[in-house]
Amino acid sequence: MNSRHAVLGRIRAALADVPSEERPEDVPVPRDYRRSHTAPGEDTVTLFAERVADYRATVTRTDRARLPDAVAAALTARGAEHLALPAGFPVELLPAGTWQWHPEPLDVPALDALDGAITLAAAGIAVTGTIVLDTGPGQGRRALTLVPDYHLCIVYAEQIAADVPDALARLDPRRPLTFVSGPSATSDIELDRVEGVHGPRTLDVIVVNPTPLEPRP
Amino acid sequence: MSDRGVVWLGSPSFPDAAREALKDTQLRANLKRATSTIRTKRLAVASELDDWEELRETAAAIKRRTARHLDHYLVQLEESVTAAGGTVHWASDAAEANRIVTDLVRATGEREVVKVKSMATQEIGLNEHLAEAGITAYETDLAELIVQLGDDRPSHILVPAIHKNRTEIRDLFTAEMGHWGQPAPEGLGDDPAELAEAARRHLREKFLTAKVAVSGANFACAESGTVVVVESEGNGRMCLTLPETLITVMGIEKVVPTWSDLEVFLQLLPRSSTGERMNPYTSTWTGTTDGDGPQAFHLVLLDNGRTDTLADTVGRQALACIRCSACLNVCPVFERTGGHAYGSVYPGPIGAVLTPQLVGVENAASLPFASTLCGACYDACPVKIDIPEILAHLRAKVVEADRRPLKPQALAMKAAATVLDSPRLLATAQKAAAIGGRAIARKGRIRRLPGPLHGWSDTRDTQAPPAESFRTWWRKNREGDR
Repeated sequence: MNSRHAVLGRIRAALADVPSEERPEDVPVPRDYRRSHTAPGEDTVTLFAERVADYRATVTRTDRARLPDAVAAALTARGAEHLALPAGFPVELLPAGTWQWHPEPLDVPALDALDGAITLAAAGIAVTGTIVLDTGPGQGRRALTLVPDYHLCIVYAEQIAADVPDALARLDPRRPLTFVSGPSATSDIELDRVEGVHGPRTLDVIVVNPTPLEPRP
Repeated sequence: MSDRGVVWLGSPSFPDAAREALKDTQLRANLKRATSTIRTKRLAVASELDDWEELRETAAAIKRRTARHLDHYLVQLEESVTAAGGTVHWASDAAEANRIVTDLVRATGEREVVKVKSMATQEIGLNEHLAEAGITAYETDLAELIVQLGDDRPSHILVPAIHKNRTEIRDLFTAEMGHWGQPAPEGLGDDPAELAEAARRHLREKFLTAKVAVSGANFACAESGTVVVVESEGNGRMCLTLPETLITVMGIEKVVPTWSDLEVFLQLLPRSSTGERMNPYTSTWTGTTDGDGPQAFHLVLLDNGRTDTLADTVGRQALACIRCSACLNVCPVFERTGGHAYGSVYPGPIGAVLTPQLVGVENAASLPFASTLCGACYDACPVKIDIPEILAHLRAKVVEADRRPLKPQALAMKAAATVLDSPRLLATAQKAAAIGGRAIARKGRIRRLPGPLHGWSDTRDTQAPPAESFRTWWRKNREGDR
């Protein structure tokens, strides 16, 4: 406890110029910045899809009825067969086929042996093209979306916040949160961007419209 | 003064180091390309936000509020982290922080730790200290890995290995990886993607087996106890979630009041730093979570000269720094000398103001002069640190500390002050300068001078002074007009 007292004492001594009656709220913090950088009436779902794609993630848009088909198409395109399935994931979203779903809990070596993971999300952020995971139902523990090399994430249109301030207001800081903006990347060698170092090298995002995009054939 | 780390012992002063660095044309070319690339990206994404200035104002104000009530917010942070299942430790200086971390690692019985890139642990020399205690620390950020394998020093806050090109990195991986773990693959090429893959394979076994991790923190919210790490590669997520024990070393200035304050910094930091709308991965955690991630979390709050910095009412604004490195990339001095010349873990303009304050100006006396005072760093800073103002303030302190015995610059400053105070003396001095200056000038330029002025004249030419001063000219031509 000695250093605690020492450091706090030094801080108080260093702040001799701050009047003792001043409270933190007395130091003005202007909040003149915008809550969102979207234009009035802008389609935030389309913006989200464009911004996620900017990071070289693959984005597809579908509706609820066609979601299992979209999942099947993504997994086929990636050749992913063994997938981690987080607790609470709605099984009716899974397509029929030869895919092997490995339900949680899975230990790290088991995760490492899989092709990828499929999850829901807690929120999306349109302006920054970010998906947020909070380990809630259908999202799995943090390791689930980290250790396998492929992450397929389903985001519902109504989960997409316009910008960072709206998104943070929707999230609970007491939960462990992961903000994902594109696949793992590095620019450490001659500032050349390389996708994929330690996190999933491939990120597919499926954005689900609440209403049918068009009548089913 | 206890040993605070921060500066590299035995480093030459900035002018000497810079002179050597300037001879390295390869380094200058690498730096110029890197800094101009990242400048362009930063400007593009910052200009997407038409309220950029308002965001900067708010960020500066949040930091000002936090600094003026730092004791309040640290106590609040301690309470909220403890309530969420974490343990908080206080470290007065580098030695104490190193001792705390070493003891925590020892208590787990482990001899290896994985590390997330962290300026605070570099500042205190944690890796070297752990090595003395028989504990191996593995850097897992690609650039930090390159620096560690090369037994090198970081040269940039964001991209510490920017001074190395791909061929040098390939050779380093081939020669050194095998000594630390998984060797580089046979016939490794120098394509960045191939090198990144080699790093992935090299570190994978460490991630999947490590029991203890050490990280820094970009932010910590006092109200909720939430700690934030911002990164790109996923190595941070690996270290923050897979091990059983997580130890975070954080400078006391990293605290912010509330969770919602992050809405400002998460907009400013990635755009200023890597020139992206958002970095690939941001992790936040609050204490521990049952069944997910480390089950033991320790937060070490580090002073190490920060309270001395806080005591300086001009210099304390440097504590607002969010380590984005935007000031490095716009600085004409950094662009030519690179980061090593600063002799400190904090290079560039922010290093020139932070380092002397953390260690005392007498221990880094040349750094406040490592600038042209052009102001580009102030314009680029997302939290509006007035770096030129602090530089000028610290220069005065250096000169003051240097008075006995009187050195040329102190004499010059003193003489200048006397002359500028008196209109009569100024007029005489200007007349003398006009005569003297024209006498030594050749073709209108003053080149190399003898004596104490050679330090100025060795590196630049000066225009010969005009035949008469503006004041004289005015008196002759205009005074009657009034």
